[in-house]
Parts: sequence; structure tokens; C-alpha cells
Amino acid sequence: MQFKKSLMLGAAVAGLAVTGYAAAAEQYIGLPTYRVGAYAAGGTGLFGGWIDYMTMVNERDGGVNGLKLVWEECETEYNNARGVECYERMKKGGTTGNTVFQPLSTGITYSVLDRVANDKIPLVTMGYGRTDAADGRVFPWVFPLITTYWSQSTAKIKFIGMKEGGMDKLKGKKIVNIYHDSAYGKETIPVLDAQAKQYGFEVIHIAVAHPGNEQQSQWLRVRQEKPDWVILRGWGVMNPTAIRTAARTGFPRDKIVGVWWSGSEEDVIPAGDGAKGYIAAGFNVAGTDFPVIKEIQKYVYAKNMGNMEDKSRVGSVLYNRGVVHGIVTLEAIRTAQTKFGTGKALTGEQVRWGFENLNITDERLKELGASGFLPPLATSCMNHEGSGKVKFQQWDGAKWKVITDWIDSDQALVRPMIEESAAKYAAEKGITPRDCSKEM
Amino acid sequence: MFYREAGQFKASYREDQQIFPIRQDRIGIVAAIVFFFLVVPLIANQYWLQAILTPVLIFSLAALGLNILTGYAGQLSLGSAAFMAVGAFGTYNFMLRMDGIPFLVALVLGGLCAAVVGILFGLPSLRIKGFYLAVATLAAQFFIVWVLVKFGWFSNHSTSGVITAQHVEILGYTFDSPLSKYLLTLAVVVVFALLAKNMVRSATGRKWMAVRDMDVAAEVIGIRLMGTKLQAFAISSFYCGVAGALYAYMYLGTVEPEGFNLDLSFKILFMIIIGGVGSILGSFIGAAFIVLLPVFLNVAMHTSLGEFIPANIAANLELIIFGGMIVFFLIVEPHGLARLWQIAKEKLRIWPFPH
Repeated sequence: MQFKKSLMLGAAVAGLAVTGYAAAAEQYIGLPTYRVGAYAAGGTGLFGGWIDYMTMVNERDGGVNGLKLVWEECETEYNNARGVECYERMKKGGTTGNTVFQPLSTGITYSVLDRVANDKIPLVTMGYGRTDAADGRVFPWVFPLITTYWSQSTAKIKFIGMKEGGMDKLKGKKIVNIYHDSAYGKETIPVLDAQAKQYGFEVIHIAVAHPGNEQQSQWLRVRQEKPDWVILRGWGVMNPTAIRTAARTGFPRDKIVGVWWSGSEEDVIPAGDGAKGYIAAGFNVAGTDFPVIKEIQKYVYAKNMGNMEDKSRVGSVLYNRGVVHGIVTLEAIRTAQTKFGTGKALTGEQVRWGFENLNITDERLKELGASGFLPPLATSCMNHEGSGKVKFQQWDGAKWKVITDWIDSDQALVRPMIEESAAKYAAEKGITPRDCSKEM
Repeated sequence: MFYREAGQFKASYREDQQIFPIRQDRIGIVAAIVFFFLVVPLIANQYWLQAILTPVLIFSLAALGLNILTGYAGQLSLGSAAFMAVGAFGTYNFMLRMDGIPFLVALVLGGLCAAVVGILFGLPSLRIKGFYLAVATLAAQFFIVWVLVKFGWFSNHSTSGVITAQHVEILGYTFDSPLSKYLLTLAVVVVFALLAKNMVRSATGRKWMAVRDMDVAAEVIGIRLMGTKLQAFAISSFYCGVAGALYAYMYLGTVEPEGFNLDLSFKILFMIIIGGVGSILGSFIGAAFIVLLPVFLNVAMHTSLGEFIPANIAANLELIIFGGMIVFFLIVEPHGLARLWQIAKEKLRIWPFPH
């Protein structure tokens, strides 16, 4: 934490507009962290990985092409109102203002959705947030990068199809969708229904009320239905409970496929031995065997500058997801530098261009030391998602083991639904979608 | 000496019955209103307007609503956030489904929806009291949020279950700048706060307080319990509903049903406990305390110790200090912060010659 520059905070209290100190060019990034409360385990891991990656780049390369990174944390407690306060407080940070906002909370994402366009700050939501924001024509400032809930759901069906020996084998199969009874949990139901019709399998939706620490009746129902597969769309304490209850009712764990919010060490370790064999999707993988993680250990932890108090969490799913956030954000800055030049701090508008023109190829991932760590990614004005690919990992009782390559989503199905939903939003809000042929 | 009402004679019923019978109070209120309407816009920047003042005002209104129910009518409720949700989703649907409806009308209609729901969930209060009633209103909290998620109609079949506030236009003026939103919120809150102040000192408020202090005695002197309790539920929920609509339209812009969870209800309850149960001023002080103190601690922590201690410890330390201060204030002044102001008034009245 020695590196954290507390910019302008005292001034923010006094309500004064303050320009940051003039020094060598520094890129300011405001981090809306959550280190306390019910989701602290996620927040410390994700933001820890992200901060460690930025520290590593500062230490190893002196920043992005010489542009040093500075950041400031603001505690949101995963609370919408606090998140808005943090957003407003950090908006004017640094020399150029905040240049990217990634709340790692769907609630805060919605709360600042209207504000980012006015303030010209890109809002990046990797793996959560508003799915239809993948339509960049209606949401120029919002980037649900890598994959959305809908894309990921189709990838799960594809994975199940692979396991069954082909998509045509899905016909007549029965899949149970156990979901967290909230807007988040229900979001994939229309996609699953559409796919059930397309491939001829039967899908049964079973809700689990928040927080989900008692699921006996749901899993008894699963036992009656005798499904071939169970999709777990859980959140928080609901995940280990689901796995434990599945073990108790005797449902094979290797037939349960979880969403990525159900696929971290924190979700399976509390379930104990019962979790062995459980499968979860992820747009990043776990483990420390990647050059990028090794570099972090070498440049950051060896010098005792790491952000994680519990060093054994380095390489966990959530930590690595934080590193992915760091990689993608810094690649966006690098992309923006190709157009707007290096050596000076970029504005939010310029960084937005970087996010919209990302092209992280396999070769580039190799240079970054992250081959197979995250999927290749290419965004455009039309497509703010960029990839849609996920890998599946299986818990072997001690660690996550990757069991597939990157599995593609079914964009032919998802994209029209995204466009329809975005068009509805545009009509409601009176937004004229951008004409992407005129974008540069 | 400074706060002496000696010499202020009331020569007519009209003078005796005005909202603020003491001249100093009248001057103070007018000065405060002028300050917040005219001076604050000149000195506050966007951050203050958008992230500090607007939410404090909105939560003050919600706390005021709960204070009417809990502080004045004595009915404990844990459903305030749910009633806020009804107001927000109600206003949204009126705006969406009735073409060209004025925002303020939709706001009031949204509040009325909350009032109706409030009456429904207030019905158990006729048979159960105290903590048991709190449990019954807890049902409202979970049931309403569940309904809003379950039935897509409420969110206009949005796949993610959220509603996005439409543009607010009054008489051709679009309220989209932070300043205009602040002023509109302030105007609504001032009107409702004055109404509440007026209500609690009139027959309505006296009935509530009679029911609160001893419902059997109140019934004996001819107060209809059912009407009084349900009226308190209706008005309280109306206030919460309007606050919820403002929360969606003037503050967040996009809201999800889960945003109105039990945590928020508890927060509003804490506001009135800290600020002062049964006090209009207390609602404002309590809301300011609960909203601003964590922000202030966060900023203070960053500027002082932030460089030296790990972020995890700093974040937890903030919560510990916050909790500690709540305990401290409740020990020092169990009747809430508003009571401190009352004591100050007493002191000012007799200064410099205390008995």
C-alpha cells in the first residue's frame, strides 16, 4: 500500500475542486473496493489481484509505455449509495479525472449507468452487469467485457452437449436450473428456454430464496425429477450449501455446472469433500503456473509490496480474475496510446476508445504471459463484449483443474436478444443508437 | 437570553396555532430554507450536490416517514425499504404507461400506491403489537421485493429486472443537472417536512401519540384505534414511497428491487433511533449522521492513516469506529441527537443565569 497516492481527498471534504499535483504523467484509476461486509472475500481477492498487477507493471516497466499508474481506493461496502458516492468522489481524481470505473457489483453498475455518459468515464463490467450493454450502439460508455451471463449460459449448454457427445444428443435430456431468486438469478431463464426449444431438451427452473442456506426441498425435487444435469446459478452462501445438499441427496457432483460466481475456492472449500468433481465455468482460470502470476510474485511479493494479506490466495480464481481486470484495463490504455500518443495521461474519453478497439490476440496474450489465462478479446463499436468464451474447471478436492479449452458461446442466439433488449432500453430512454459505420 | 420567547404575545387564535409559535424558530426555519435553496447552490460543487446532499435529503424523507409510524404512532416497522420500492416502481409504471403524465403527479400516485400497500401490511397492527408487529412488517419487506422480481410487468419485462428512470420534465424544463435535481428534491422534501410538522401538532398527531402512549386509554377517550393506526401506516408509507421514487429518479437513475433490501430498512430505522424517535428534526439529523459519517470516516482514513496501514484493516477500522460512535451517542443521549438540540435550546433560553 506504500504506493497508494491519496490524491485530493482532503480537498474533496472541503468541497473544493483541486487539480492533482503536476508531476510526470500519471494515469489515475479509481478503485471502488469492498473489503468489509458479506462480500469482502470477493472484494479483497479481486481488487488485490488487480492492484498487484498494476504494481507489477509499475515496478517492472515503469508503467504502461512509461505512463505510471496511480490509483485510489474507496470503500463501497457493496452498497449502491456508497458506490455512487465513491464514483462522484473519484470522478475528478488525478490530472484527467477518473478514467475507468469497474465496480465489481451489479447494483453499483446500475446506479452509475446514467452518470458515466455525462461524465465521459467508461464503465467496465467483466462478467456481470447489464447484459444488453454488449450492444455498443446504445451503450457507448458501458463495456460488459469478455462474456455476459447470456453468452456464458449458452456456453454451458454447449459444454453439456460436448459431454453428452454432440448437441443432437441433448434431445430428450432433462436439465434443472437452480437459481438464486433475484434479478441476477433469473436473468438466464429466457436464454435457457430458447435453447431448450432449439435442442429439444427439457429445462426445469427451481428457485432458491436469498440467501439460500437451506435447500433441502429444492434438492429433493431434483431427486424426483432425476435430471441429467443441474445448472447452478448461485451466489454467496447458496453455492456451498447447494453442493453440500447435492452430496447429501446423492446427486453426482460432476453433473453440476456452476456459473462463475459459483466457481471460486470460497464456494467449494466450505462444502468439504462433497465438492469433489463439481464443475464451474470461468472466463479466467485458477493457478499460479502462468508467467504473469510468476512475475507478480517476483516483482511484487518478493519485495513485500503485495496487496494480499493471505499470500496463499494468490492464484485463486478470484485473485486471478482481478489480474484479468488489470490486464484488460492496461491493454485498453495501451490501445488508446496508439491513437492518442504516449507520455501523457489519457482522459476517460480516450480510454473509452481504447476499450472499444481492444484486440488482445493469442500472440499478445503470450507476450503478456497469460496464454490460456483469459480468452482472446476483440471489441468494436457494435460489440462491447468481445469474446464470450469460457473455460470449464473441475474441483478435485484441493484445486481447480481446467477440463476444457475455451468454449464459444452461441452468438447467433444471444446477439439478437441483446439487440432487442438494447433497442427497448433506447426507446424507453429516448436514445438514438450510434451509427457504427461512422465511428473511427 | 438568546432563545427567550418572553414578550411574544399571541393575540389571536391564528397566531397561537401557527406551525412555529416562537419567533426564533420561524426565523431559523426561514433562514435554513433560504440557505439551502439559495446559498448552497452557489457554494456547493457537483460532488456535494450529487453524492452528499441529495441522498441525505431523500433518506431524511424516508426517515420522516418511518418516524411518523414508529416515533409518533408507536408502531414498529421493518418494511420502510419495501415501501420505498413500491413508490419507485409505482412512479416508474405511471410514467411509463400513462403518456405525458407530469412527474409530480406520478410521484404522488407512486406514493399513494405505497400508502395502499402500507395499509394492507398495517392491518396486522390491529391485533399485534411491538416486536411482533416488527416481524409482521418484515414480511412486507420480503414479500414486496419478491413480487417485484417475480412479476416482470412491474419492471416492464426487463430481463435484468431493473427499472431505468425516465427523463423528468416539469413545465418544459428537463431536470438532469445535479443542481436541478437537488433543488427539486429539496422542494419536495421541504413541503413534506412542513406538512409532517403540521400534522404531528394537530389532532391527527395527538391521536397518534395517544395510541403510542397507551392504546387502551386512547380508545377509552374515543380515539378509533383502527382508523388511527391505519392512517399512520398510510401516511408513513406514502412518505417512504415518495422517498423511494426520488431515490430512483433524482439520485440513482436505475434501480433494482434488491437495492431495497432489509439492510436499507434497518438503515432507516437506525436513522430515527440515532436522530431521535418522535422528532421531525431528528429524522434529518439521523439521516445526515448515517449517510455522512461513513463517508467522512473513509475520507479521513485515507488522508491520515491510509498510507501506512493495509486497506483491509483501514476498511474494517472505519466500520469499528462507526459502530463505536453509534454506541457512544446512544449512551450519551439515548433520546437521539435531536434531544441535544432541545437541551441546547433550554440552555440558550436561560443563559447566562441558570437556576
